[in-house]
Amino acid sequence: MATINPDNHGLRLILRYTVLTLIAVIFVFPLVFMVMSSLKPDQQLLADTSSLRAFLPVGDISLNNYVAAFDRAPVGLFVMNSVIVTGVTVVLSLLVCSLAAFSFVFLNWRGRGVILSVILATLIVPFETIAIPLLLIASKLPWIGAEGVTIGWLNSYRVQIVPFIADGLTIFLFVQYFKDLPGELIEAARVEGASWPQIYRRIVMPLAGPVIATAAILKFLVMYNQYLWPLMVVQQESYRPVMVGLQYFFQLNRAWGEIMAYLSLITVPVLAFYLFLQRAFIASIASTGVKG
Amino acid sequence: MADVKLRGLRKSFGAVDVIKGVDIDIADGEFVVFVGPSGCGKSTLLRMIAGLEDITGGTLEIDGVVVNDKQPKDRGIAMVFQSYAIFPHMTVRENVAFGLTINGLAKAEKDAKVAEAARILQMEHLLDRRPSQLSGGQRQRVAIGRAIVRDPKVFLFDEPLSNLDAALRMDMRMEIGKLHQSLDATMVYVTHDQVEAMTLADKIVVLRDGLVMQIGAPMELYHNPANLFVAGFLGAPSMNFITVDVQAIEGDLARVSHPALEPIAVAHKGRDIRAGGKAVLGVRPQYLAPVEGPAGMLHGTVALTERLGSETVVDVTLRDGSKIIAAIGEDRVYPTGAGIGLRFDPAQAHLFAVD
Repeated sequence: MATINPDNHGLRLILRYTVLTLIAVIFVFPLVFMVMSSLKPDQQLLADTSSLRAFLPVGDISLNNYVAAFDRAPVGLFVMNSVIVTGVTVVLSLLVCSLAAFSFVFLNWRGRGVILSVILATLIVPFETIAIPLLLIASKLPWIGAEGVTIGWLNSYRVQIVPFIADGLTIFLFVQYFKDLPGELIEAARVEGASWPQIYRRIVMPLAGPVIATAAILKFLVMYNQYLWPLMVVQQESYRPVMVGLQYFFQLNRAWGEIMAYLSLITVPVLAFYLFLQRAFIASIASTGVKG
Repeated sequence: MADVKLRGLRKSFGAVDVIKGVDIDIADGEFVVFVGPSGCGKSTLLRMIAGLEDITGGTLEIDGVVVNDKQPKDRGIAMVFQSYAIFPHMTVRENVAFGLTINGLAKAEKDAKVAEAARILQMEHLLDRRPSQLSGGQRQRVAIGRAIVRDPKVFLFDEPLSNLDAALRMDMRMEIGKLHQSLDATMVYVTHDQVEAMTLADKIVVLRDGLVMQIGAPMELYHNPANLFVAGFLGAPSMNFITVDVQAIEGDLARVSHPALEPIAVAHKGRDIRAGGKAVLGVRPQYLAPVEGPAGMLHGTVALTERLGSETVVDVTLRDGSKIIAAIGEDRVYPTGAGIGLRFDPAQAHLFAVD
């Protein structure tokens, strides 16, 4: 008979945690290196890279790089631009894509299978392929704003937001999740008198916590890391996002410490968003993980 | 409260006909059970009444109004599902009140109705819990509570007890029976469990392959099955069928014989049975009684004995090799391989035409 040997059990536990710690360290070290380096002058930073000192707050530690980074580029503005573009896109994307998926899964209309296939097929088209046509379209689109009707969307938030609201991956995630919801819940709601919008708002979305969190994290990362598209469509500093702002630090006099300081600063919103959603994610599992 | 009329109701999924023309009248306040083997179309029929499946042909009337093209919410029905289908993100109170909330009922009125339903179903103490904190039987109560608060014209139950264990199933079965008595509502109930059908129904509809086999009161179906299918489907253990030779027709009776059976006269009820042909003799296992010595009408040997305490189920191999079952109402031991004689009252036997 196999019985648990307490000694053996402890040894296994130690081994398991050693491996897990090692993996965690591998993932965390680049971040530690980034933050530590942001506190050091360039000379020391480069000298430390050959030793473990690179990961430790030792030597000439100061916040000078941060001050210099703010001098060199409007870091606050860039972060705000990225947060606005990313935040608005994520919210609209969750709304639009979940509604589309709801229609594909629950509503009965002719041609939905074909249209869903076409949407899924867009997953294999790289953005670079459509970047130029999209630029042409965006440059000719009309807009009604404070100055009346204008032509061209370049240099704006909307040109960074609108093309990315609907996307195949997010729709796919929602479609898969909605398909797995028990059909009888939807039928029960229909029998109870709920309209389709009520079913969407009161039944389906409250149960979609996990997929909302997943889709939001993926969308956030894509949007926050946007580089090529804003580089093409935004020439004015006032709408520039963080990744394009990184260019400011790769000019003639390259300062690694400032780059590290800038990177550390722009990582903060990502971590905050991730930690926030992770809690929501766990909470949503705790409340919906039970099915009759 | 309302009556329900199904007239020539048909349903096809593509080229497959699932419901092939069904006529059923359900009176106001009646408890009707649809019963049949898997795939007979009973759940589909219920879902057509609910409005969850489109109707391919025929008409469906609820309370005198044709509702073929009406949405589920406009049919005045409430439905209890097999999986209960209670919303996991809402408390019991919110679940029960869901339909009322959707219809914009005032809070005071809503609270009163929920409290009343909770009282009827004895679940006042559960109202603030979440579905995950409930047992199967409690979830079933919530699903029923959600149905009764809306005061529907017709209650629909889709195999509501099949996810419960045997003891709980019996309790809930009795509760549903009581509920029907106290609400005096029209109820349509789908099950594959004939005990539920026999005990709950005012009227049973036996379905097979999308067709109605027989409609009638439980005991009418039990004592006067219209065909072989109904005879074999209702009753446990199933009715014994013996293929017999028809010797002669004498008025209302047919004289039949079989190698293991003394010739007897059984009512043919005008069925297509002819002298010189074959027929199927049906005898319920409960109506077979053992007799000592060679006096029996059926002769065979004991193949297996199952002692259940209150009764003994004996598998008998007849002389010609065919098998029948006798359910004997006492605890007795029959040695395997021993000869056994069985007797029955021909008035309690049925004669069917060969399919």
